[in-house]
Amino acid sequence: MKISRFLKTVFMLDFLRGLIIAIKEMFKPKKTINYPFEKGKISPRFRGEHALRRYPNGEERCIACKLCEAVCPAQAITIESSERQDGSRKTTRYDIDMLKCIYCGLCEESCPVDAIVQGPNFEFATETREELYYTKEKLLENGDRWESVLAANIKADNPHR
Amino acid sequence: MEYLNILFSETYKILFLLLPVLVSVAMIVWLDRRIWAFVQKRKGPNVVGPFGLLQSLADALKYIFKEIIIPASSNKIIFILAPVVTMTLALVAWAVIPFSEDFVLADINVGILYIFAISSLGVYGIIMGGWASNSKYPFLGSIRSAAQMVSYEVSIGVIIINVLLCVGSLNLGDIVLAQEKIWFVVPLFPMFVIFFISALAETNRPPFDLPEAEAELVSGYQTEYSGMMYAMFWLGEYANILLMCALGSILFLGGWLSPLDIFPFTMIPDPLWLIIKILFLFVLFALVKAIVPRYRYDQLMRLGWKVFLPISLIWVVLTSGYLMYFDLLPKN
Repeated sequence: MKISRFLKTVFMLDFLRGLIIAIKEMFKPKKTINYPFEKGKISPRFRGEHALRRYPNGEERCIACKLCEAVCPAQAITIESSERQDGSRKTTRYDIDMLKCIYCGLCEESCPVDAIVQGPNFEFATETREELYYTKEKLLENGDRWESVLAANIKADNPHR
Repeated sequence: MEYLNILFSETYKILFLLLPVLVSVAMIVWLDRRIWAFVQKRKGPNVVGPFGLLQSLADALKYIFKEIIIPASSNKIIFILAPVVTMTLALVAWAVIPFSEDFVLADINVGILYIFAISSLGVYGIIMGGWASNSKYPFLGSIRSAAQMVSYEVSIGVIIINVLLCVGSLNLGDIVLAQEKIWFVVPLFPMFVIFFISALAETNRPPFDLPEAEAELVSGYQTEYSGMMYAMFWLGEYANILLMCALGSILFLGGWLSPLDIFPFTMIPDPLWLIIKILFLFVLFALVKAIVPRYRYDQLMRLGWKVFLPISLIWVVLTSGYLMYFDLLPKN
């Protein structure tokens, strides 16, 4: 037993076997991707950048029920609302502090009208903190930009809810 | 006027040697990272330039524009001097490396001693850096590095004695020419293995990179360095690795000689053979970095003093005994 171990050490058999494995591994397909040029698959449930959605006729979905504001564990959401001329309740202010947000998805979960959602976009880094205090305009713009993806994701995830 | 002419021609020769060395150091860093990544099934640097070849140049550019921070409590002169010393010593040793029979900057008769002396001095850059930083981790890192390099230098020295016994000359060109019949890697194979492992320890490469063991010492003697000074340490380190590969290929792999003296091999010019051999050794260096876990410090010291030193000493006795008995000692 001891002699075989001694021979193994002297002839570095373990090392040579490791070397052969390493050389074999070098020619196997790579596990990583060329990130900025190709991106990994994202689940429909992915909780990325927030967006406020609209109905197909252009009306905002949000009814200012403030459930998301209440449920937000990081208290990142601030909502102010008032009655509009046609008698419906709408938000006058809908701010999300993206620096406070912990991307838990509870706002999306609590929303009764699927207005606030978290989309697939995770590349919204900025150079200043101010740019990450999202206002209602910014969120609605996000919603308009990502609407097709958001609708598809909600539909895909629907059977599992 | 004549004096100036000599000065210019020498400067020209030095630049002709140093610029390729510096460029190849940059390329070798890329190769190192790339091989490391490939073994781990990653892609490695592949964005800057074709196959990411210009990655090191981009890194160097970044380092040039970074701020150099000198710690307030440091010994400023020594702190600045340390990376300069490291890089200068790593480059100076290239003067005696023969790329072919007459393509050598300084054909001195004690070439191997010169290289040995310069690479021993290399430890000063590290000690100075660690000491002048006036901080815990760099100091511990440099102490470790000093002990490690001194220990392995001993066995490298004894291994070189083995080769010199077979050659009978300290001139690197003569050492290569003595291998025309057979490369020393064949009769002295165990010495080649020990030389390779000692070279890993000598250049602070994994698995012997204890001086900069991230998990324990942040980054060892480089911790307080930033910007271009860090880059100089880094360049010096890789130039040293390249030098050790060159020394290995000259001592054991027949330097610029082609493996077989027949047609397709003789087509390739001599310097290219040396470069191919250096690259081969460097690829081994890089593979070892990718597959071997770091040694513990006591294991490192045990390996150096209790294993390599006795074996190489015994091998000196064996080699000289063999040469004496069969009357093969080189006479001139």
